[in-house]
Amino acid sequence: MRDQRASLPGAALAWIVAFLMFFPILWMLMTAFKTEAGAIANPPLIIFRPVLESFAAALSQSGYVLFAENSIVISLVSTVLAIAIAFPAAYSMAFQPGRRTQDMLVWMLSTKMLPPVGVLVPIYIIARDTGLLDTRTALVIVDMLMNLPIVVWMLFSFFRDIPKDILEAAQMDGAGPRRQMIYLLLPLASPGIASAALLAIILSWNEAFWSINLTASHAGTLAAYIARYSAPEGLFWAKLSAASVLAVAPILIFGSLAQRRLVRGLTAGAVK
Amino acid sequence: MARLELHQVGKFYANFEAIKAVELTIEDREFVVFVGPSGCGKSTLLRMIAGLEEITSGELLIDGVPANATPPDKRGLAMVFQSYALYPHMTVAQNMGFALKMAGVPKAEIAEKVEAAARVLQLDAVLSRRPRMLSGGQRQRVAIGRAIVRNPKGFLFDEPLSNLDAALRVQMRIELVKLHQDLAATMIYVTHDQVEAMTMADRIVVLNKGHVEQVGTPLELYHRPANLFVAGFIGSPKMNFFQARAARPANGGVALELQGGRVLEVPAAAGAVAIGSPLTLGIRPEHLVIADSGPLGGQVDVVEHLGAETLVYVKDPLGGTIVVRTDDLARVRPGAPVSIALRPGRASLFDDTGNAISHATPE
Repeated sequence: MRDQRASLPGAALAWIVAFLMFFPILWMLMTAFKTEAGAIANPPLIIFRPVLESFAAALSQSGYVLFAENSIVISLVSTVLAIAIAFPAAYSMAFQPGRRTQDMLVWMLSTKMLPPVGVLVPIYIIARDTGLLDTRTALVIVDMLMNLPIVVWMLFSFFRDIPKDILEAAQMDGAGPRRQMIYLLLPLASPGIASAALLAIILSWNEAFWSINLTASHAGTLAAYIARYSAPEGLFWAKLSAASVLAVAPILIFGSLAQRRLVRGLTAGAVK
Repeated sequence: MARLELHQVGKFYANFEAIKAVELTIEDREFVVFVGPSGCGKSTLLRMIAGLEEITSGELLIDGVPANATPPDKRGLAMVFQSYALYPHMTVAQNMGFALKMAGVPKAEIAEKVEAAARVLQLDAVLSRRPRMLSGGQRQRVAIGRAIVRNPKGFLFDEPLSNLDAALRVQMRIELVKLHQDLAATMIYVTHDQVEAMTMADRIVVLNKGHVEQVGTPLELYHRPANLFVAGFIGSPKMNFFQARAARPANGGVALELQGGRVLEVPAAAGAVAIGSPLTLGIRPEHLVIADSGPLGGQVDVVEHLGAETLVYVKDPLGGTIVVRTDDLARVRPGAPVSIALRPGRASLFDDTGNAISHATPE
């Protein structure tokens, strides 16, 4: 077996790369705790007295709570819907594949390669004409559709790891597709469903493009909330950073708690 | 009660005929084994009876009722899978009771039936365990238990013992035969192992390339194989085959001219053999003896001592290997030349299309 201990230069390189990747987040965190004057000081302040005034300003002036609530509702509802639709779709693709199933899976994923801006105008017009502009409903639908291909793929690979024999045994035992899903797939694929849901929540939470373009003051998510700080009235670095911290903190904490499960979910089916 | 009739049952895939017009009747309470080499269609045929594969032509009758379109759970048949297909997240009791739960049977009744089946199968102690905590043999029992609890008309077994080690396989084989006697249910059992087929079956169905080669009792198949395929498949070690030509009639049979000009007189049914025609002579290893002189012979290649018997593999100087089964332990050594004689009154003859034309067996 190869020596698993990292060499010293390798470890140093890893630390440097990790630090570089983490640096913007670190800088944002530091700036959030500075005064507005301290934030634009040149040379930048490394040592400073942390203050919470930017957080106070961000929370009091801009309706953070509404945006946070929108983020939570939209990411959860769109995820639940995506799972509910993807579950039977993945069942049929995994256990009753047709001749075109593989093509369909690839096609579904290929829609993810289309730049969202390509469909901005039609979707905007549809949302406008149906009266859904600046509503949570519009974002729920768009986020759900956006995540659907990935969720179907993930569930599909989880289902494929379930031996077909088990479903056939259930069929002999008198369980039709619906009861097979409830009594067998739901419990057996629960780690996979959880992983898919976690990913969908995170993607939906971080989704900025549609939130910024389809919402104004009512249904905006935290991504739109941050974007408002780069408004024409000028940049307030400390407040922007504080707002950003408030927007990304929940999902960062959530993501780190769910990390192990996520990694397992994303690599499912890759290695037996 | 289940009498199964298959009338011209066939299975076509897009460009492949997996099952070719099978005509077969399985009587109530019969233990029938489907046997054949891998890819012969035996599992497909079983799955068609189960309802897991569509029957593309012909008709399946269960107790006289057409069942082609009946869903699997309504056919009254239970299946035991090769992989056992236990539900991994359920306990043994839940596994065994699942079908009854699906059928809406009250909980108390399910518990009662599960416990009764568990007693029969000695699973009482493990009812609350999950499948992964069980040994291979116990998992096998749970799979059988799951079938028994439903009180089905018939049992379908798809190579159920192939994942067990040799000792356990022999034990489970005996238990399954006992179970068949106790339950008095129709059983269809698929295997590629002709020993399992011979030891368990009331009747054996030999399948090859999607069609039925022969149906019969184990001894019928052994002593009177319908063709070269069955003759070669049933019996271990295989029947010895020799290319021959019918030279002339002989006393109670025919004189065959083998390759190399060797002449052999074998018994044959009167009038069955046309003089001058090419034939294949088949002789089972136990119908040959190592002798001081005989029409066959060669150099001993390998000797296998099995204790009760010894298998001698002799290199035929004209090509091929002749296998002799003997209980004589000491006489032969690898490399030694030996002569081989026929036990009297035993030989099978096949015509040039491979069909049997004569079987001689002493009364």
